[in-house]
Amino acid sequence: MPFSFLLLVLAALAVVSYRFGTARARAVAPGRQSQLHSRPMYHGLYAAIWCGVPALIVATAWVAFQPVLVKGLVMGGLPDSYSALPEARLNLIWNDIRNLALGDVVRAQPAPEIQAAADTFHRLYAIGNAALAVLCLALAIAGTSYALKRVSMSLRARNQVERVITVFLVLSSLVAILTTVGIVLSLLFESLRFFGKVPPLEFLFGLHWSPQTALRADQVGSSGSFGAIPLFTGTLLISLISMCVAVPVGLMSAIYMSEYAHRKFRAVAKPLLEILAGIPTVVYGFFAALTVAPFIRRLGEGVGLSVASESALAAGLVMGVMIIPFVSSISDDVINAVPQSMRDGAYALGATKSETIRNVIVPAALPGIVGGVLLAVSRAIGETMIVVMAAGLSANLTFNPLDAVTTVTVQIVTLLTGDQEFDSAKTLAAFALGLVLFCVTLGLNILALHVVRKYREQYE
Amino acid sequence: MSEMTAVSGTPGRRTRDLVAAGIGRRYRAERRFRIFGLVAIASALVFMALLFMSIIGKGYSAFVQTEIRLPVAYAVSVIDPDGTRNLDDMRRANYGKLYRDGIQSLFPDVTSRQDRRVLNGLVSSGASFQIRDAVFEDQSLIGKSGEIWVPASDDVDMLVKGKIDRNLPESARRVSDQEIAWIDALEKDGRLATRFNWRFFTNGDSREPELAGIWGAVVGSFLTMIVTLALSFPLGVATAVYLEEFAPKNRWTDIIEVNINNLAAIPSIVFGLLGLAVFLQFFGLPRSAPVVGGLVLTLMTLPTIIIAARVSLKSVPPSIREAALGLGASKMQMVTNDVLPLAMPGILTGTIIGMGRALGETAPLLMIGMVAFIVDIPGGFHDPATVLPVQIYIWADSAERAFVERTSAAIMVLLTFLIIMNAAAVFLRGKFERRW
Repeated sequence: MPFSFLLLVLAALAVVSYRFGTARARAVAPGRQSQLHSRPMYHGLYAAIWCGVPALIVATAWVAFQPVLVKGLVMGGLPDSYSALPEARLNLIWNDIRNLALGDVVRAQPAPEIQAAADTFHRLYAIGNAALAVLCLALAIAGTSYALKRVSMSLRARNQVERVITVFLVLSSLVAILTTVGIVLSLLFESLRFFGKVPPLEFLFGLHWSPQTALRADQVGSSGSFGAIPLFTGTLLISLISMCVAVPVGLMSAIYMSEYAHRKFRAVAKPLLEILAGIPTVVYGFFAALTVAPFIRRLGEGVGLSVASESALAAGLVMGVMIIPFVSSISDDVINAVPQSMRDGAYALGATKSETIRNVIVPAALPGIVGGVLLAVSRAIGETMIVVMAAGLSANLTFNPLDAVTTVTVQIVTLLTGDQEFDSAKTLAAFALGLVLFCVTLGLNILALHVVRKYREQYE
Repeated sequence: MSEMTAVSGTPGRRTRDLVAAGIGRRYRAERRFRIFGLVAIASALVFMALLFMSIIGKGYSAFVQTEIRLPVAYAVSVIDPDGTRNLDDMRRANYGKLYRDGIQSLFPDVTSRQDRRVLNGLVSSGASFQIRDAVFEDQSLIGKSGEIWVPASDDVDMLVKGKIDRNLPESARRVSDQEIAWIDALEKDGRLATRFNWRFFTNGDSREPELAGIWGAVVGSFLTMIVTLALSFPLGVATAVYLEEFAPKNRWTDIIEVNINNLAAIPSIVFGLLGLAVFLQFFGLPRSAPVVGGLVLTLMTLPTIIIAARVSLKSVPPSIREAALGLGASKMQMVTNDVLPLAMPGILTGTIIGMGRALGETAPLLMIGMVAFIVDIPGGFHDPATVLPVQIYIWADSAERAFVERTSAAIMVLLTFLIIMNAAAVFLRGKFERRW
């Protein structure tokens, strides 16, 4: 791993220039250190920044764009007959070239022009890596010597170092924005390409989902159909089942914890409940598929019902359990925010504890609880592993919880795992589903935050 | 006023009677409500207990493995026919023949070709690697004969562990009566034993359940977590410091704040789509690589770390800041020398919790190809790798009966890691938390 090695070398160089910088600052003002504008440490940091930062920027940019650049050069160097080929075919050729150049096992004897391209690839990478190393080291040394030359009594090293740190802070806080922009752009871009092949109305309101596109155009069902309604209803059904578990159990345990439970009971039971939130979803999925689903199936057969082996009920139940701690911790916060004076007022009128809770506290906390439930719904909709492992793949348009249904997230995973070309409607459909998922969860979150914020102010 | 007189007219008795008549009912409702609450908590805890019991019950047996003690003749003619002791040639030798000869020598009366093939099937194909490793470790074995413990095939393992029911009719079970007879004969000879399954901890993935291990996935998880930690910790702390200590209160910082809160609630699979479109398609980074997994998980854990770090920074009292500024520190000096060290325990706790979530995350990694079948142990950040939760997913999907216990055992390992991390977080919080 040459890049990690380069980073290590740069870090070592930065440490060295830090030492040089502090030593130089001390040497500039022997015995009169208090007259230095900045403490020697800052001169050291100043030198280290000049040593490391320019080289690091160049190295990062290089690593990010090298693959794209190399691909362009290599593919551009192929004979003209290749440039007319369709994109999918070109991608395959590109893979061949890469495998050849990276020394993987390749099928048969490659064509001479492919072999030549692979050699170019290899050479470009070798040149690139060597050039990068030389460039970075040169930048590091040049930067250090520039910084060391500037060290003097009046150099405002601290201000400059602080300015660099501030810039770093601002840039870091932009990463969050960039992430959102990246998500929106990549989803939108791919979805638009999908909607170029399948009309949006057919996607959003079609009743039939079978994305299997055939290999040859003359096969039956070669086009595939992308009506997502069965996925939406499946998602809603499973979310609904999970809410039927999570809301009553989560709410009642929050009420018991905050109004009835002894302090010691609370200290034990609350962290225990929170363990449920820390269990990875893949574990829940395994449990749902291997223990809960067969159990429900046997139970159903016992009373004479036919239950699908991948029933929506099993996935929904387990997902509900996963969400319990989420509902209960939000409800707990909201219930504790209800002012004590309201409880005291109800008790003074002779209400029992449960009457106070049902008639005073829960109505007062209701907006917050609703907000929490909305957030929980958005989690249930976006939850992936439980449904991938325990719910089915067949897109049935049904509201029977004993049937198998499929969900948006399951389809995204099945459409995108395994090797496919990136341009087929099948792969792009996953991005369109992702866009729907993103919009719905975002909408639910904004709505929930709005509800919570609007009503929280009532008691403050 | 008139109502007052109406009530006092029948000197207060009616109200009191009403209350007294209803009080029993109301107290019963009170008790019922209380019991509902207890039942809710109990049902959640019971479910959790069931989950743990089911996983431990299914998985504990994966820590042992049925092995067979075979007589092996380390024949020169097979291992090193040319007598050159060339290691490359010796690596390619047909060690499979050695274990097959070994098991057949135990049952000399089995002669038909088909029966012999079934008999060979009792021993795992991994036996040839085991014999090869033994030869490479001690070359003086060549030409001698000895005994060696080799893994049994997964069906034998399942039968010995009682996961295949002997009492089923022969047609309904995977192991025939003949095979059971052989297994019993081996057991009577003391040639069959369950021993500690070290392969589970040292091997990579395999199509053969008895050879499959988690080490490849553990290394993959470790590499991915290193990338995640190295990126998300500095970025998260820097963002939190900026928003909490430096940022002016304006529209722009409001947008950043709302953004971070929304990112925290976006389904993880969407981050996988982002990784696929941006890191793999646009930047051309390799599929299945820990570096890409780390990048995706970084974006996912950033909000958690930022939010925890901000809470922690907020809890440092303003008097600390004022004292530092009063002594002539610059704002940056105040933050780096005074505020950050005091907030660090809280930030570290939040980071550990965020890393715990990243360690258990599966869905986004499926999108970037970490779900591939990978036998080799990854050696670097660009090698194809998988991670522990994805390995669990892959095994849970496998058809072989023996993968169920491997899956459960891998879950136990994953949960152990998570428990250690969370215990560390709780410990940090308890030890360094300061109340001002």
